[in-house]
Parts: sequence; structure tokens; C-alpha cells
Amino acid sequence: MTKVIPSPGKPWQPTVKNRLETLAIVVAAFFSAVLCVEFTGLNGKLGFFVALFISLGVLNFAFQYKQRGVAAAKDSLLQVITVLALALTLIPIVSIVSTVFIKGYKGLHWGILTKDMALASVNDPIVNGGLLHALVGTTLMVGGALIISFPLGLLTALYLTEIRGSLTRPIKFLVQAMSGVPSIVAGLFILSSLVYPVTKELSGIMGSLALTILMIPTIARTAEEMLRLIPNELREAGVALGGTQWRTVAGVVVPAARSGLVTAIILGVARVIGETAPILLVSGGGDSLNLNPTEGAMGSLPFYIWKAFLTSGTPESLARAWAGMLVLLSFIFILFGLARYLSGRKVG
Amino acid sequence: MSIDAPAKVIPEARTITTKPRKSDQLFRMIVTLGGMTSLVILGLIALFLSLKGVNVLAEEKFSFITGSNWAAITDETGNIVESDFGIGPMLVGTMLCALIAVLVGVPISVLTALYLTFYANGRVKKFLISIIDLMAAFPSLLFGFWGFIVFMSSAEYWAKLLNKYLGFIPIFDVPVPVFARSPFIAGLVLAIMIIPIVTAISREVFDQTPLDRIQAAYALGATKLAMIKAVVIPYGRGGIIGGAMLGLGRAMGETVAVYTVLNIVYQVNWQVLFGAGGNVASLILLKFGEAGPYEVDALMAAGLVLFLLTLLVNATADYIINRFGGKGK
Repeated sequence: MTKVIPSPGKPWQPTVKNRLETLAIVVAAFFSAVLCVEFTGLNGKLGFFVALFISLGVLNFAFQYKQRGVAAAKDSLLQVITVLALALTLIPIVSIVSTVFIKGYKGLHWGILTKDMALASVNDPIVNGGLLHALVGTTLMVGGALIISFPLGLLTALYLTEIRGSLTRPIKFLVQAMSGVPSIVAGLFILSSLVYPVTKELSGIMGSLALTILMIPTIARTAEEMLRLIPNELREAGVALGGTQWRTVAGVVVPAARSGLVTAIILGVARVIGETAPILLVSGGGDSLNLNPTEGAMGSLPFYIWKAFLTSGTPESLARAWAGMLVLLSFIFILFGLARYLSGRKVG
Repeated sequence: MSIDAPAKVIPEARTITTKPRKSDQLFRMIVTLGGMTSLVILGLIALFLSLKGVNVLAEEKFSFITGSNWAAITDETGNIVESDFGIGPMLVGTMLCALIAVLVGVPISVLTALYLTFYANGRVKKFLISIIDLMAAFPSLLFGFWGFIVFMSSAEYWAKLLNKYLGFIPIFDVPVPVFARSPFIAGLVLAIMIIPIVTAISREVFDQTPLDRIQAAYALGATKLAMIKAVVIPYGRGGIIGGAMLGLGRAMGETVAVYTVLNIVYQVNWQVLFGAGGNVASLILLKFGEAGPYEVDALMAAGLVLFLLTLLVNATADYIINRFGGKGK
């Protein structure tokens, strides 16, 4: 008697027939949507999408009802609705990114890296003037904010993960609450506490301080998550070797979380690099290169975009604004890619 | 000749104690102080905004919240003779835009999170998640400009449709057919802004649903819909509500996007499709440029109100997430 060894099957996966049926339903829905747009009052892109999703839902429901009954039909309806929601989430993203690239590349030229706007107005031809002052200003302000907020954010994260004192719950809440502080309030706070009573002048460092308030919660929360990923055995090993808590944290835990902490920095930078409202209030917003953050108005990328967009409606100024936006968005893409890469690597 | 035996040095017996060393005490002190950062900063924000705003608040008293004028009359020397500051219309506008954002954004986010958790898998899932996370990092300036230049024309068309077919409902009525730059469109832009945040929170909540309960539901023959209704939603309800509140807080404090999209007019406007409105944050940005010292104080007071409002919303969200999030029945 021969043994029959069944070949491994995957009965839970859709068969070829299932897939073909799904495809047929989608195609049929597509055609019925086209017919709806042709022959009824619905028109335009909106009409088409509405018709497409309604007919997709109805066809799918009817098909599943005939095949497997009412429960399965309702289930398939949920799937159609979630796909619709996903589409509604993705359409703006695609639209935003493609708009920035299509409109932004016209304003790009090599001069934007070497010239500032001291002698050019936003309505001049695009080859006049550039982004230098804005890039330098943004770098200085974000760098300054980073120097202040990284230590504070790291200490907060260390308190939450290493000390775990009686204040852990309240501090977690406060960090959460701080991340919800409206950005304009951060600007008003710097104005009321430092600019009016002390310096009486808008400058780059005030911009840094305003950004610090927005940056600390992001860094603290990411760093906390990253420190939590460090296995407890490492801490125990440090203590077992006779290390004090200080030596364990400084010599074992923090080095092990190094790439995680870099991720925290990157996400913090990405959070504040495009912040506009506080920058408009406190940094002054200059058009010429200013390397001194302690005095004088300092330009920045968001301010440059804001000004080019709002001051006039000529094609040149709009092209400038979108080009600035393209540069800003590219920075965010790069920072985000770096963060993904770093946090994707193994911890330790 | 004799060799001296090396003198044996016996170390003194160490007293064993659980008291931390000096270095540890210092370390703990520094970290604890650093941990107080958020407390100190939030306290300072409240303190300084109150210090600047207290004059105006004392002058206007309760009418600062309810009043609907923002005007100061100055004499020739620039002194303020008469002033009347009230942020009523802007508070109404803030709530209106934020509510539209939540009503539109939260269902979409929750359904997207359901798709990401229970339908998508493998690479597609990873890719979609990273795209949506990336969208959360887009600057609000970008949403504002996109909303103004690209999104406005479509949204205006939708607003006209709503007005045409649902105009008999008072809030969809308009006094004059001006549909551009309305609270409705600003609310939609805010909805797009909060979708990634609420999606991320809902996804985290759904991910925490206990696998044994999910499998128990499947084992009883439940379809995905039945499983989600019976297990996932009851379990994650608190987390979703908390996430929605966080989105509400974000939408209330938004400045630049609203300033760009919305036509800021200082009047109470309930008709969401009509192109006039405002919110507190955009009021601050709008009036700040030409404000005299006293008006700046009034703006600080408005900032204080906004700060306390968002703090309250965030506190509620935090409470709900911790109390009900990820627990279920």
C-alpha cells in the first residue's frame, strides 16, 4: 500500500478563481462608474469616485451575498469602506508631494545655494537672489534649539526609564501636554518672558528658544521609547560588574541606545524645521545673510516661503515659495529616511 | 640573609550599605532636575502669559471670552482712550474648525488604521505606515499652501453641492454665495492634518488587542467584521476617543494653515460654508504685526486662553487613554 503524501496547500489564501472574481468586480464597478458619469447628473472627478465606490460596494455586496450569505456580504462591505478610507488618506499625500515637486522645480537654480535676498525682491526673475540666508538661519536656529533641547529631553527620558521615581506618571503626562502646546503659544511665551523684558530685540537665538519648547517633547518621547528597548539584562550586567547606577547608565545604557538617540534627534529636527508661527513672531525674519544669532533679524526657510507666498502674487514669487517648499520637504524626506534607517538597525 | 616577605596589606572591611554613592546621588539629582523640564516650562508659559495678559483680563473680565469686538481707539499721541477686546468669535471659529476636522478626520483615520492592522500585511503594510508617519512630519505651512492653491477649488465645489442639496439645514445655509476660504474648507485641511496623528494612535491601540481574543472570535466562526465589532472596538474604544481628543487639541492650536486658508473676519459665524471665520491662533498672527503695547497684552491674554484650552483637551485625552485605553470589558 503506498502512502499518499498530500502536497502542502494554503487553503486560507485566495485561489486563482477568487482573485479573478475580485478583479471582475473591480472592472465592473469601474465600468458602471463610467456609465454613471456618462448618463446621469453626476460629473467630474468627485462624481466618478463616488460612483466608483458605491458601485464597488454594491457589486461586492451582491456577489458575496449570493456566494456566502449575508454575514460575508457585510464583511466585504467593511473591506470596501476601509479601502475607501485608505484612499482618502493617501490622495492628499500624493497630491501634496506631487504639487511641491511639479511647482517647485521651476524655482530651482544653483544660485539659491550661494545668494541671499538682500538685493533681490521676491518679484525679480528667479535667477536673482537665493536661499543662502534662509538655509544658514534655519541651520543656526535648529542647531541652537538642538543644543538646548537634546540634554533636557535625554534627562527627561532617563528619569522616565532609569530613575522611575514617584513623579513618573505626572512627568509623562506633562511631556504629552507639552507636545500639544500650540506653536504660536511658544512664540508668545518667548516674547513675553525674554524679548520684551530683556533683549528688546528679535534675533535668531529667540527663534532657537521658541523651537526648543516644541522640540523637547519629541526628543524626550522618542528617547524614552528607545531607552525602553534596551534589554534589562544589560543594566543588570552593568550593576553586577560593580558599576554604580551612574556608571551603568553612562557606560552601558546610553551607548547601547546610541542609534536610537540619534533617531530622537532627527525626529526632533524634523518636527521643528518647518515651524512657521513662532519663527514669524520672534526671529525677525531678515532677507540678508546673518551669521550672528544673538543680534539682528535672522532669515529662515519657513519665513522665506511665507514672505514669497504672501507678499505678492507674481509667478516668480510663487515659484520661489514652491522652490523653498521643495527644499524644506527634501530636508524632511532625508531626515525621515535617516531615522528609518537608524531605527531599523539592531539595537546595541 | 633573609628575604623580607612583602608586607601584606589587608584592606579595611568595607561597610556594606544600600545607600547610593555620592556619584549616584548627584546623578539622580541631576536627572530628576532634568525630568522637571516639562513642568518648569509649562509653568513658566502660564506664568509669563498671565503676567502680560492680566491687565487686559482684569479690564475686560468675563467679556474677554464672550465679547465680540476687537478694537482700540487711540488719541493723537498714541495713548489708548478706549478699548474693547473680546475673543468670542475667534473661540467659536476655533471650535467650529476643530470640530469639522475631528468629525471628518477621525472616522477616516480609524478605518485606515483598521485596514493597516487587519487587512494589509507584509511590505505593503510597512510602506503605508511609513508614508503616513512621514505625512505627520509635514510642516503646517505646506498643508496651508496646498489647501489654498490646490485643494480650495475642489472643496469650494463640494461646499456648493452641500449648500445646494442640504441648504435647508441652518448650518449649511449661506447669507451671500461666497464659498471660498470658509471654515468648512479650513476644517477639511485640518482634518487632513490630523489624519496621520489619529491613525498612528488608533493603530497602536488596535495592535494591542489581545491575540487570544481575536482568535477566539475567529474560532467561533466570526467574520472579520464580527470580530472587529465584538473584540477590537470594545477593547480600543478608550484609545480611539483619546486619540480623537489629541487630534482636536492639535486642530485647535493650528495657526499657519488656518491663517492661509481661512478668510479671517471678526464676527461670529456659525454657517460653516460661508467664507468668513477665524481662530484664536490665527488672530494672534494677524493682529500681531501692527499691535500697540496694550493690544499685544490682549493678544497674550488670548494666547493664555488658547494655551489653557489645549492643555485641558490634552489632559482629558491623556486621562481617557490611561483610564480606558487598551483595556476593554
